[in-house]
Amino acid sequence: MKKAQNLVAIVSMLVLVCCGALLLNQKVSAAGEGKITGNVKFEGAAPHMRGIDMSKDPYCVKATSANPAHMETTLVGSSGGLENVVLYIDGWSGDATVEKNVPIFDQKNCMYVPHVLPLDVNQTFKVTTSDNTAHNIHPLPNPMVNVGWNQSQPPGAPPIEKSWKNPEAIRVQCNIHPWMQGWFVVVKGPYAVSDSSGNYTINNVPPGSYTVKAWHEPDQTQTQKVTVSAGQAATASFSFK
Amino acid sequence: MHDMSAHAAQHGAPTSFIRKHIFSLDHKVIGKQYYDLALVAVLIGMVLSWIMRLHLGWASLAIPGLHLLSKTGAPGDVMTPEYYLQLMTMHGTIMVFFVLTTAPFAAFGNFFLPIQAGAEDMPFPHFNMMSFWVTFTGFIVLVASFFVSDGPTLGGWTQYAPLSAAGPVGGPGEGWGVVLWAASIAFFCVGQLFGSLNFITTTLDMRCKGMSLLRLPLSAWGWFITSVMGLTAFAVLMPACILLILDHVAGTSFFVPGGLVVNDQVLPHQGGSTLLWQHLFWFFGHPEVYIAIVPGMGIVSHVLITNMRRPMLSHRVIIYSMAALAVLSYMVYGHHMFVSGMNPVSSLAFSFPTLVITIPSAIIVLIWLGSLYGSKLRINSASLFALGFISMFISGGISGFFLAQPSIDIMVHATYFVVGHFHLVMGVAAMFGIFAGTYFWFPKMFGRMMNETLGKIHFWCSFVGAYAIFMPFHYLGIAGNVRRYQAFVDDYLIPLIPVHKFITVAALFTGAVQLIFVYNLIYSRFKGPKAPNDNPWEGTSLEWSTATPPPHNNFGDKMPVVYHDPYQYSVEGASADYIMQTSPEPVHSPDEEK
Amino acid sequence: MAKLVAVTIVVIAILSAIPIITHTWPGNISVGLPQDISTHGYLIDEQYADTMIEAGVSFLASQLLLAYFIWRFSSYKPGDKIKKFPGGATGLVVAAFLLVGTEVLALGVFGTKAWGSVYFTPPSPNAMAVQAQAGQFAFYFRYPGPDGTFGPIHPNLVSEASANFFGLDTTNDPDSKDDIVTAEMAIPVNREIHLLMHSKDMGHSFYVPELRIQQDFVPGLDVSVHFTATKIGKYEIVCTQLCGLGHYNMKAYLEVMSQEDFDKWLKQQAALQ
Ligand code: HEM
Ligand SMILES: [Cu+2]
Ligand SMILES: [Cu+2]
Repeated sequence: MKKAQNLVAIVSMLVLVCCGALLLNQKVSAAGEGKITGNVKFEGAAPHMRGIDMSKDPYCVKATSANPAHMETTLVGSSGGLENVVLYIDGWSGDATVEKNVPIFDQKNCMYVPHVLPLDVNQTFKVTTSDNTAHNIHPLPNPMVNVGWNQSQPPGAPPIEKSWKNPEAIRVQCNIHPWMQGWFVVVKGPYAVSDSSGNYTINNVPPGSYTVKAWHEPDQTQTQKVTVSAGQAATASFSFK
Repeated sequence: MHDMSAHAAQHGAPTSFIRKHIFSLDHKVIGKQYYDLALVAVLIGMVLSWIMRLHLGWASLAIPGLHLLSKTGAPGDVMTPEYYLQLMTMHGTIMVFFVLTTAPFAAFGNFFLPIQAGAEDMPFPHFNMMSFWVTFTGFIVLVASFFVSDGPTLGGWTQYAPLSAAGPVGGPGEGWGVVLWAASIAFFCVGQLFGSLNFITTTLDMRCKGMSLLRLPLSAWGWFITSVMGLTAFAVLMPACILLILDHVAGTSFFVPGGLVVNDQVLPHQGGSTLLWQHLFWFFGHPEVYIAIVPGMGIVSHVLITNMRRPMLSHRVIIYSMAALAVLSYMVYGHHMFVSGMNPVSSLAFSFPTLVITIPSAIIVLIWLGSLYGSKLRINSASLFALGFISMFISGGISGFFLAQPSIDIMVHATYFVVGHFHLVMGVAAMFGIFAGTYFWFPKMFGRMMNETLGKIHFWCSFVGAYAIFMPFHYLGIAGNVRRYQAFVDDYLIPLIPVHKFITVAALFTGAVQLIFVYNLIYSRFKGPKAPNDNPWEGTSLEWSTATPPPHNNFGDKMPVVYHDPYQYSVEGASADYIMQTSPEPVHSPDEEK
Repeated sequence: MAKLVAVTIVVIAILSAIPIITHTWPGNISVGLPQDISTHGYLIDEQYADTMIEAGVSFLASQLLLAYFIWRFSSYKPGDKIKKFPGGATGLVVAAFLLVGTEVLALGVFGTKAWGSVYFTPPSPNAMAVQAQAGQFAFYFRYPGPDGTFGPIHPNLVSEASANFFGLDTTNDPDSKDDIVTAEMAIPVNREIHLLMHSKDMGHSFYVPELRIQQDFVPGLDVSVHFTATKIGKYEIVCTQLCGLGHYNMKAYLEVMSQEDFDKWLKQQAALQ
């Protein structure tokens, strides 16, 4: 009996110490951070994004009747900004799990929203469905890098929670609706994705010199060197062809 | 006439619990083990069919607790498309292999073939023991696939390539799930090969004095003919399964041709053939459906004769017809492949033997009906199920006329018409054969009687229920309802959903009725009234002349000597309504076939 | 009990036959063969009807006989003698050979005509070629364009991600340049179609009940069928060969159009490439 009590006491002490360490650790890393912002442009005439014929699934046809779907491989805004470019720090050596929020990868009107989901290594994300037709979610990582899966989500099914262990740009598709194509871009460290005008901001970057990497599907990348100072914003702009 | 029974007596009665009940060499214990395996398997298979049926009737229905079976297969208790197919595959595989092959053939055959032949045991008791344990291993391996990461295979019990051979890219369960499936079936084949070897040798070499081949009861003939099929059919499926495993683990391409693209990735395979798998599978698969049904025909004939108090109009014609079914079953297998892309001339070539095979089937049915005429039919649970078998076999057999014709097959291939056809002719008929055998032989196997009232209720409800489930399947098929669909989303199928709902209700009812049987079986086994004597149904064959339950070497100190054909009922001038095979009483009857 | 069972069999036999005869299930659900919109379908339908008559008569006759025998011979008195069926086993065997034998022989021989109309006649030289590709879990179709030739398929170029479903190399293969790829299949009415069938990945099947056509796609082996649709309308092409988790939802629409509508449709599709 006595022994057991001792054990409980020791274990709870350990737990307390660990929690404390974790809390302290967070405070330390949050101090004096800067950020990187910029803009991504597409050079030249925006390529034509073909319309998608969803006629195999009447549900999808109906869902997109007001707003016909088109491909999303290269989305260029009116000012020439390139959407869906993932920007992150190449060779990030800090804490991997910077992002604590749980982003959502939704299946809506037989398309993926967002089309490109950037993720930190081991960051949990949720796959949800807003559709009244079953989808299967079939990401295709390199089997040597990450473990793939293939799972369906019928209407009304709860979200699927997953994460990825290693950095990689992973294409994901629905086989039931082969036009449904998206990307999980798994990186280490802070990241951002360009909006419809091509703008982005990477937050929570500690002061230092970095190489910013910009990724655009299917496998285009560019890099730029920047220096971030405490509480300041460094800029890096890119342009893809 | 051989008398090799001395060989079998090599092992004495075991004394330890393990040798007696687990690793037993006694064919009777092995028979019971097979029966219990089939019972567990059929309960699993039936529960799977309930879940499938619920989903087919009400596709978005959450089935409470389903997520406990598989978190990914039934998130929030709603079944995913792949999980339906996975359950369907397991249902079909369990039913065909671990129920319909084990119960009528391996279970009853093990228990009664040596006794009916007058042998002390099977000639190779160690092989016999291994036969069960290898089969059991196969079952465990199959069930284990429920617990691998993405669950069991979804490719159907036929496991068509390249879906089955291309690996995990094909879908959930197409990696380890298939490997375990193929390993399980390979084990199963080995088990049945051992069993078939024993059955054949027992029949040919172990018969007691006076037991000519034609004096064997029809049930024994059923098992014998089935074991010959088993030896040749399982010997083809086993290597096919091994090749399938190699395609997964060794990078071979037996069943995957080059140039296939899944998810925009070219598969690393080349030179295989998808039709090769279909040929190998159906070369086994068609004999397999006769492996499932011929023992039932034998059992039903045996049970009916005892309860009609007369032999069949012709003993030999039944035997010859069953043998003809066995031979023809190898020549018809291509009727599963009419629209597979096989040469259309082959389709016609396979169509004719398929039509011809209806002739021996029709002969058997007509002999059954003709023998019922003018009989003294005793109604009990066993004979009711035997009669039900005939009705089901007719109904299921007649839809075969349609499927045998390639031109009509264009319309009904891969529809619920096929599902209705094989469930009636193979599934329900064979189950009824198992039930008939169970109610009939239970007293001999366990020394106690089953409850007849419950048996009759079980029969009537099962009979009505089975028709209510499987007849509508045919109508759905004619309307073009494709099989192996987890939900009906096509515009022309949506109006048919009410029929599916009806079927689901019927299936739940019929399934529930089976619990009466399970209760009756288990209760009677331990608490049922003791069998009044060694021959409660007044039968004539050897199992009724030995003690109840039979002693370790089947006949005690004195080996039987046989004087008659198996079915001497209502013999004119005889002292009783029946004369046992072991009775030396002379028979002066034109029925005695020499 | 015997009488109850006999009556049950009779009731079941009759109830089973009703939906077959009326083609309807309670609630006015049609369960007969779907309408036929093909030139060869009547042969299949006739064959089906003949078979149904023979099968139906055999079914009813044998079930009713079974029921009658159960009813009649389960009630016997102790002194009753066993009676022999007139003609005995020999009579029954001869009957089986004569009745069933001629029945199946006739069905088999006449059935070859329907089968042959689909599989033994070559497509006419001016049949319109359309290629169908089946892949997990959608069909795509290809029309050869003005040059009348299909460009070659390059498996390594197949890309659903960039909507190159057939793996065409439009820069290097001149034949591919004008190929028209669609998700729906449109065909002109009363025009023979030569359907070339290519599987991208698994075994699939092309089944249009109204067209009386069902044919598997064989991976690694391109097969073809030909047919003529005779009625304008929208029909469904469904997959009947288990191909994976989306099998149940693998379908496409078949639009049978007048020649003018078809030409218009094809132009529209060409513009969308
Ligand atoms: C309670 C009785 C049963 C019910 C309600 C039932 C129901 C079903 C259903 C709904 C399917 C799936 C059809 C499809 O989606 O295409 C199926 C398939 C199948 N069943 Fe049963 N079944 C029952 C008993 C049996 C029995 C006794 C057998 C033994 C032969 C059997 C063998 C099979 C086989 C081989 C398949 C095909 C699996 C496949 O397509 O791969 N079933 N059954
Ligand atoms: Cu989808
Ligand atoms: Cu399919």
